[in-house]
Amino acid sequence: MGLVSGTSVDGGTALFAALVHLGGAGKYIHWGFVQISLANLIVIAVMIVLFVAAIALPFPRHETRRK
Amino acid sequence: MSAPPADTYTVGGKADTWIGRIRDKAVKAYPPDRLLPDSQPAYVASWAYVFGALTLGAFIVVLLSGGVLAVEGPAWWHKSNAGLFVNSTHLWSTELFFMFMVVHLWAKFFMAAWRGRRKATWITGVIAFAVSIATAFTGYLSQQNFDSEWIGTQAKDGINSTGAGAFWNVLNFGQMLMWHIVLLPLLVALVIGIHVLLVRRRGVVPPFAPTQAQLAKAGLGLATNLAAPASPLAPQAPADSLPGDQPELLEDQS
Repeated sequence: MGLVSGTSVDGGTALFAALVHLGGAGKYIHWGFVQISLANLIVIAVMIVLFVAAIALPFPRHETRRK
Repeated sequence: MSAPPADTYTVGGKADTWIGRIRDKAVKAYPPDRLLPDSQPAYVASWAYVFGALTLGAFIVVLLSGGVLAVEGPAWWHKSNAGLFVNSTHLWSTELFFMFMVVHLWAKFFMAAWRGRRKATWITGVIAFAVSIATAFTGYLSQQNFDSEWIGTQAKDGINSTGAGAFWNVLNFGQMLMWHIVLLPLLVALVIGIHVLLVRRRGVVPPFAPTQAQLAKAGLGLATNLAAPASPLAPQAPADSLPGDQPELLEDQS
């Protein structure tokens, strides 16, 4: 039995199997009239982190050419 | 240039045909070093500028993995380990495609990337985003599982309420599959192609020039800035930039 419950997978496949059980009912966050799935909330959070990191982190530079 | 051989059929002189006129306009608009540049202005050396290229890379993976899925078919992508892997590659490359595109959109929005005659670039990006959403939606309908059936039955009422259900039937699997693997990918590729060509034509948008307050804080007055355009705080437009591409000097609002 691999990491995905109910699915028979060998050891090699288990390495690539989902760490989170993806076969169950989705989890939702409720905030007043706002309802969003946890998965979508995580995706939005990752995008915000990416955006902030892209602005904050220095870009590796090398010798520039001038025409 | 030597004259063509006598037995060669030619029509008139230079650019006398519509193909010749198109060729001349294309070569003028996109000389090789503009179409495939191997350098960019210094201000492009920022992570904020890489997300457009990342989106393009993810799109190529989406197309390639989708091509493999089309070759093998649903029994393969649902049942075999290799099929499940390629199916997941198609899903996650799509997820990354949208994530990179949204971060790209945010970055360009806060740069006001429509400056300097780049409105068409911005608009084609918006169209690419909208068409990509439709493509992804038809992908959910094409999975050939209970998930796609559920999404189709849930979506039909919404689509029908718009009136689009007359020619866009989300319960018609064959129609949705054809839209997903033929029509919409072609449209997305076309719009992205135009978008990239416009980026090549107009150049990458330069950052905002520093405000007078920022210049003053750095010990550089307005006169100093104008007299010394090589100031590291004053971004320079690329040498081949078009009118309107010059960095803007913002009025201090503080």
